[in-house]
Amino acid sequence: MSAHASTVDPKKAELWDTHHHSHDVISTRTLGYFLYLLSDGMLFATLFAAYGVLSYQHSYFGGPTPAEFVKPWYTFAQTIALFLSVLAYGFGMNALKHKNKSGLINGMLAAFVLGVVFLVLDIHDMSHLYSMGITIASSGGMSAFMVLTQVHATHIFFGLIWILVMIAQVMTKGFTEETVGRLLTLRMFWHLQAVIWVFVYIFVYLWGYIS
Amino acid sequence: MLVDLPGGWSPLLGRLAWSQIPYANPILAPLFVAVVIGAIILLGLITYYGKWTYLWKEWLTTVDHKKLGVMYIIIGLVMLFRGFIDGLMIRTQQVWAVGPHSTGVFGSLHGYLTPFHFGQVYSAHGLIMILLAATPLLVGFMNIIVPIQVGARDMAYPYLNALGLWITAAAAALIMISLFVGDFAHNGWFEYAPIFELQYSPGVGVDYWIWTLQLVALGTTLGGINILATVIKMRAPGMTWGKLPIFVWASLSANVIALTSFPALQVALALVAADRYLGAHFFTAGMGGNLMLYTNLFWIWGHPEVYFVILPAFGMMSEIFPTFSEKPLFGYITMVLASMAIAGVSWLVWLHHFFTMGAGPYVNTAFSVATMLVGIPTGVKVFNWAFTMYRGRLTFNAAMLWAIGALFLLLIGGMTGMMLAIPAINYMVHNSVFVVAHFHSMLLVIVYAIFGSVLYWFPKVFGFKLDEFWAKTMFWLFSAGTALVFVPMYMLGFMGMTRRLEYVFNTSWQSYLDVMELGIVVYTLSVLAFFILLYVSIRDHAKNRVGADAWGTSRSLEWMTHSPVPFYNFAVLPHVNERDELAWRRQHGIDQVRPAHYDDIHMPNNTGVAIIMGGLTFVLGFALTWRIWWLCIVSLLAIILLMIIRSFKGDPGYIITGAELQRMEEEAYRREAQIADSHHSHPVSGGVVGNAMAYQRNDSSK
Repeated sequence: MSAHASTVDPKKAELWDTHHHSHDVISTRTLGYFLYLLSDGMLFATLFAAYGVLSYQHSYFGGPTPAEFVKPWYTFAQTIALFLSVLAYGFGMNALKHKNKSGLINGMLAAFVLGVVFLVLDIHDMSHLYSMGITIASSGGMSAFMVLTQVHATHIFFGLIWILVMIAQVMTKGFTEETVGRLLTLRMFWHLQAVIWVFVYIFVYLWGYIS
Repeated sequence: MLVDLPGGWSPLLGRLAWSQIPYANPILAPLFVAVVIGAIILLGLITYYGKWTYLWKEWLTTVDHKKLGVMYIIIGLVMLFRGFIDGLMIRTQQVWAVGPHSTGVFGSLHGYLTPFHFGQVYSAHGLIMILLAATPLLVGFMNIIVPIQVGARDMAYPYLNALGLWITAAAAALIMISLFVGDFAHNGWFEYAPIFELQYSPGVGVDYWIWTLQLVALGTTLGGINILATVIKMRAPGMTWGKLPIFVWASLSANVIALTSFPALQVALALVAADRYLGAHFFTAGMGGNLMLYTNLFWIWGHPEVYFVILPAFGMMSEIFPTFSEKPLFGYITMVLASMAIAGVSWLVWLHHFFTMGAGPYVNTAFSVATMLVGIPTGVKVFNWAFTMYRGRLTFNAAMLWAIGALFLLLIGGMTGMMLAIPAINYMVHNSVFVVAHFHSMLLVIVYAIFGSVLYWFPKVFGFKLDEFWAKTMFWLFSAGTALVFVPMYMLGFMGMTRRLEYVFNTSWQSYLDVMELGIVVYTLSVLAFFILLYVSIRDHAKNRVGADAWGTSRSLEWMTHSPVPFYNFAVLPHVNERDELAWRRQHGIDQVRPAHYDDIHMPNNTGVAIIMGGLTFVLGFALTWRIWWLCIVSLLAIILLMIIRSFKGDPGYIITGAELQRMEEEAYRREAQIADSHHSHPVSGGVVGNAMAYQRNDSSK
């Protein structure tokens, strides 16, 4: 019935796996983590959609709009900090290729410090807004602004914890299949957050500034 | 920044207080007593028979995908029963509370449920049936069958698999505890803006709803990643994409939907939570909020979700029909394309849930056409199944009856779906019970496919068949119930009866409601038949034992290993040569060829971390619901710490030596030969249901 029914000779066919093909742990894990990052991307896509719907003039209900308080140069400093952090992580991963443990840890530490700079700038920005009386409860538009930017900041926060954990694991365990796999997945995570930040910067800060 | 709460709040207990326990409720209080007595008896029995160690070692800490799948299915069946009781309560209230002269008891003006209580019942019914009955049942089957069908020893991430199960269990526990502590949401399973806002729904019902759904969404996303990675990475040698069993394709398409759509739900719920907890204005009526943003976000997930649950059901039907028609599946490639097409189109139709939003003729037309497009791949599937049966050697056993029943229901549900896709008709019957009857027809397709699969795959998992007589009795009772409940419901919908009425104002609808009540009584009999089915089958299990190929006409890889499936699935992984590998081997007389020798294999260790994580997510959900902030922080920190500790420890797994494998395999072959003999002499004794699926691992091998 099926079109290719007799392409294999049953008398000579190989019936059992005799070659011990083993599954590559690192590639299986990175694939799974890539799939998770797709869902993370969908999460941000939905938040951007909500922000788009709630960034009309009437969404701010006569209250403050991003055009009144956004400072693109301030958030540009955040951009530079985050991008340098990704770059430092990249240098660290380059050291991994040469099995250079201290090079990797230095790169990770630099990535961590720069990530902290990003987060401190964000917290300072938020407390500044709070002191001006601008909160998540100000209007629908401000709710969307706050949640989108702070969900991204939360991702950065957990990324920083993860970087510390990985530094500790590399120091105690060295380069095992597990730690190397996690360094790769953390790298994907860190890159994605930087990419998302590009969208946040353009659509929330730059667009908010000019609109 | 936190909102002002109506009612009391204390730092220690949050909003929790004695007054939140409904001990004066004439329905809930006796139920609570019954549940407590039942739990004490159950725990007592486990202690009496000394089964705690067994339970902990073999089930609660397991990472075996088959056992996890069985536990998913048990959760699904328990919640299906709970949802059914809710349905029984809804039907009984509606048949009782008709017209101004109907009586009322328990503080209700008409019927026996107050409007607030009735609202909780139908909200819980909807949420439970879709997300805590259908979803865990389907995820359970995917968990059990997909790895075996692709010829793997386990899922790609066994620990993540256990984590997904225990998070789902936490969600089920959270919605069950809302019965006895506080209230559940009373605004419908998908809620509406702005009635779910704190000022209109000040209780904890909506909060229970938020965190239950968040947990289900998390668990399902994790499970989806696992199945996708398993199919992509763990296929046996020789199994190219064109040789993938059709159920695996169905699972793949379904989980593509799950992975991409559940984040939208999580965001929608998080924004509702931001409104209720932080005073945000996403969905408020004033302050710049947007009511329809919620409805859109919810259904952007909601419509893909219904295809997420129906695609695996289609996959199950595609496995049952060929086996009992003794023919290969007709149109394999079109079946695969149709699954993928349905998964794709699922993203383009969400607005048909609210044509009445008033988006205008162009938007409504676009979504109407997109919705009708779904009919094309679905029609392809229906014809493929029909042609699979055409001129086949049909066996009308119970599994086949359920599959054929699903096919008929799909026709009814699909045709009424096409009607609803036309905005002009949709405006007339919007929010009527016609819509309710339509989506119940569709969801019953899933239930039929699930019961068919329970019968079809039960012998694979437990090693013996279910009783045919009681399975068929259950099928006919269930089908009679379906007809009696939903045919009048379609008619009432056309007469203008709206959904969710706790009081039916039109007395001329009484006779239809009477028929529906009769239907739900027949349904109750079918539930009874199901319990008898389980009892009779377990009692007679020694008589009904089966070998590897339980049906003799099965086609795919799972029927090549022993029944019950050993914990390592395949002692030696098969090399796949054809699409229907087993059918091909049987046809050429090489299905009995055994591997020449056994090599060492590597298996993952059990872990208690997953169930502890599940417990912590339950505590977190409960603490968030009741706003017990210290407990939220403690449980969240515990979850993070546990993740870090687990990542430091890792799992080296363990090795089963080739010699031990050979011993276990020979034991299994010996038992199979015994079963073959017993079919013309005496039943095989030994083995209990609980020990199924594993020739207990020899402890010395650790």
